[in-house]
Amino acid sequence: MATKEEIFEGVREVLVDALAVEEDEVNPESTLVDDLGAESIDLLDIVFNLEKKFEIKIDRGEMIPEDLLTNAEYVQEGRLTEKGLAELKERLPFANLEAFSKNPMVQNISKILTVNDMCHIVESKLNA
Amino acid sequence: MHWYWIDRFTKFVSGKSAQTIKMVSRAEDHLADHFPFYPIMPASLMIEGLAQTGGLLIHEFRNFSAKVVLAKIQKITFYEEEVVPGDCLLYDAVADYINDEGSMISVSVQRNGKLIAEGVLVFAHLGDEYASQDLFSENELIDLVRAYGLFEVGVHPDGSRIIDPVLKNK
Repeated sequence: MATKEEIFEGVREVLVDALAVEEDEVNPESTLVDDLGAESIDLLDIVFNLEKKFEIKIDRGEMIPEDLLTNAEYVQEGRLTEKGLAELKERLPFANLEAFSKNPMVQNISKILTVNDMCHIVESKLNA
Repeated sequence: MHWYWIDRFTKFVSGKSAQTIKMVSRAEDHLADHFPFYPIMPASLMIEGLAQTGGLLIHEFRNFSAKVVLAKIQKITFYEEEVVPGDCLLYDAVADYINDEGSMISVSVQRNGKLIAEGVLVFAHLGDEYASQDLFSENELIDLVRAYGLFEVGVHPDGSRIIDPVLKNK
């Protein structure tokens, strides 16, 4: 069983390769989009490499629940409703949604993902 | 104008791997300028050849219906070898992943039998939001891979031949 440190090291290795960033730029609190400069296509690359490295399967929806973002029940005028936020919290229990909740614009959702969140996803898959 | 940077398939295993050949010719226009009286095949065009090899590997596996685009060169390393007219290049593409959203393909180039470059390419499969954009039609792609000899060398992982869909539907 991989330890938390081993998972972080593995995730960091994947991010360094995929995003061409330096190792010391990748910290648990770093956000993938704002801090590490990830674009949407990088997420595909990152998922492929995490799956390969840890021999797990990650659905893209587990990182960014896109179905929720196009559901009128949860989104109004480009913003997540209270119900949408609650659903998001349930889907991404590990994510820190505090800052996002203040201005829950749909286009900002990919910005909430942190390195720590990636580690949580990997850990939950390894423990499943 | 067409943008064909491979000559033909030499090996093809559906969903697994593809190998194409590219003969570098002094008659290629770009070699007159790259560089004058010192022709060298640009590395960027070798990447294009690798992307075409990998892209068609995905297209065939997805029954020529996916909208496949090169999204990212995850990494590529060239080993300081100049490729010149008369050289024979072999482009290898091995599928690490092919799923609904995209593909990751490991690629390499051999020149006259020696490894001169290797890397990883990431392809995106465009979703329904691009349905109205006609990148390549299914028939065009089938005509293209036929011209590249895919159906002459292509097999499924179990060894059975890949049949030209046009002949299959007759």
